[in-house]
Formats: sequence, structure tokens, C-alpha cells
Amino acid sequence: MSETLWPYLLLVLVGFLPNEIWRLLGLIMARGLDEGSELVLLSRAVATAILAGVIAKLIMTPSGELAGMPLSLRITAAVCGFAAFLLARRSLFVGVAAGEAVLLAGGLLLGR
Amino acid sequence: MTAPRSFSSTAEAFFGGVTSAWTSVFFLVLCGTYIGIGALAHGFGLSSWWLALSTVLVWAGPAQVIMVSAIGSGAAPIEIAVAVGLSGIRLFPMVVALLPLLRQEGRRLRDLILPTHFTSVSMWVESLRLLPQVPREWRLPFCNGLSFGYMSAATVSGFVGFYLAVGLPPVFAGALLFLTPISFLLSTARGARELVDKLALVFGLVLGPVLAAYQVQLDLMWSGIVGGALAYGVHRLREAAA
Repeated sequence: MSETLWPYLLLVLVGFLPNEIWRLLGLIMARGLDEGSELVLLSRAVATAILAGVIAKLIMTPSGELAGMPLSLRITAAVCGFAAFLLARRSLFVGVAAGEAVLLAGGLLLGR
Repeated sequence: MTAPRSFSSTAEAFFGGVTSAWTSVFFLVLCGTYIGIGALAHGFGLSSWWLALSTVLVWAGPAQVIMVSAIGSGAAPIEIAVAVGLSGIRLFPMVVALLPLLRQEGRRLRDLILPTHFTSVSMWVESLRLLPQVPREWRLPFCNGLSFGYMSAATVSGFVGFYLAVGLPPVFAGALLFLTPISFLLSTARGARELVDKLALVFGLVLGPVLAAYQVQLDLMWSGIVGGALAYGVHRLREAAA
């Protein structure tokens, strides 16, 4: 296997296929379902809970440079972002900006 | 909440979707996320074209982060496939919840293949929010336009991050990586219309890290199934009581 082609083969075999299979399964299962049906409601709840799990893990046990920032700072930034989001009548932009500002300010103050 | 939008042609609906994508806050978030992933790919010694292809083929931020770090650090292919496969489980219920919004009399299965492939967190959250305001006949081109808008922005941002990576100080690199969880958290909260959605969000936030801390196998799958089922159960109990 050539050095340059190997990552591309990996991309298809261990990236594209194991990911795409779930979408295709959804395509097959969704046939004949109504958007207000109970199964769709349950699917939405499961999808939301999985996503929420991913979000929480990205904050609690992140990778890369974010892992170098203290857990308390990451949680504080997320809570501040959420509070700003609610105060600004559910503005995504305000919430994200506030969370990022707290994280950056904390990171710079801690001298990293 | 904007007024219902109508279109006069497929092309107009498609570009309506592209415009929606490029003017939403997700555009900034997606750019930030993929700039971060671009930087990550650079750090792990993968090429910028490899990253671009993975954005088009895989089209899922978490899966791409797993792939980049695992391939870059030389993990066993089977290990990477299992990790990517687990992170992709959430796409299944998303597709099941999305496609009924796009269904219409005379719509063929192959018309739904593109939106199926395009299904990812940002596109799903925005589609569920915007599609009900779009007349059914224009939903498919609108949704494809929305997805195209996001995917093109992500691909370009991957290149930007890849070539920016050299000079970014650690605090800013960390802030870039924080964009994904904070924006997904707030967008999911904003998209949670009914009690069942809100409960699923809270249960997932708690269960995800708890199950991971106890090193439960397939923790994300279980946080989804248990959290989702609990939320749905509460919803059914309230319906029954009403």
C-alpha cells in the first residue's frame, strides 16, 4: 500500500462506511412514518440525548488545547454562556460569544 | 421566528436554503469548528485535501475529530471504525425524525438519498426549525440548499484552519475547540420545542459524562437510549394524565 493512498483508503473504510450506515438505516426505517408519529418523537428524544451526551463529554473530557484549561473554567464558561443565552431571549450568538469570552478571559488570566 | 416563506422555483428554494445557511449563526459556528478541525489535521500530519474529502464524505464533526486524532496517532483501523460507528449512531434517529418533514406525494426514495447523506447536527437542528415554515413542495430543494451552504463553508474553513494552525496560541486554539460544545448546547436548547426534547437534553447532559466516568461500554449509545426513553416516558405519562 502506497504511503499517500493509505489515509484515503482508511477514510472510506473506517470513516465513511461506519458513519454512513446509520444514515442509510434511518432512510430505510423512516419510510411511511409520519412527522408527528410516536416513533419519530421517540427517535428525536434519543437523537437529542445522544447529542447532549457528546456535548457534555466535549466539555468534561475534551481533547487538544481545550484539555489544558481547568475543568472549573470550562464549566463556568458553559454556564455563563447558557445564562447569557436565556437573558438575551434565546440568542445563540450572544450565548456563544459570552461563553467564549469567559473561557478566553479565564485562560488569559491563568496565564496560559 | 420568521414568517412562512414561499418560492416560485426549485432553484429559488435551493438558494433560499443556501442564504439561510450563510446568514445563520451556525455559519460562524461551523466555520469555527472546521477551522479547529483543520488545525487538528495539520497537527496530526494529514493533508488538507484528505480533510476536505472527509468533510464531504463523512460530514460529521465528532466523527472527523475522532478520525483525525486516531489515524494521526496510528490507532488500529478496527478501533477507529468502531469509534466512528458509535459516534454515528445519533445520525440514525436524526434521519428518522427529519425525512417525514420532506415526504410528499410522488417523492421517490432516491430523492431522499441526498438529504439523508447531508444529515448532521447543524443541518438537522436548523432543518427541524425552518422546514415547518416552508411549504412542503419546496422543502427538499430548500433543505439541499441549506446543507450545501453548510458543507461548502465547512470545507473552505478546513483549509483555512489547516494553514492558520502554525501560529495560533494555545488559549485561542482551546477557545476554537470550545465552539463546538457551547454552540451545539445552545442550539439544541433553542430547538427543544416540547417538554420531551427539553428532558432528553437534560438527561443526555447528565448521563453522557456519568456513564463515561464509570467506563460503561458504548456509553453514548446508552445515554441516548436511556435518556431518550426516559424523556419519552415522562411525555407519555403526562399525556395519559391529561
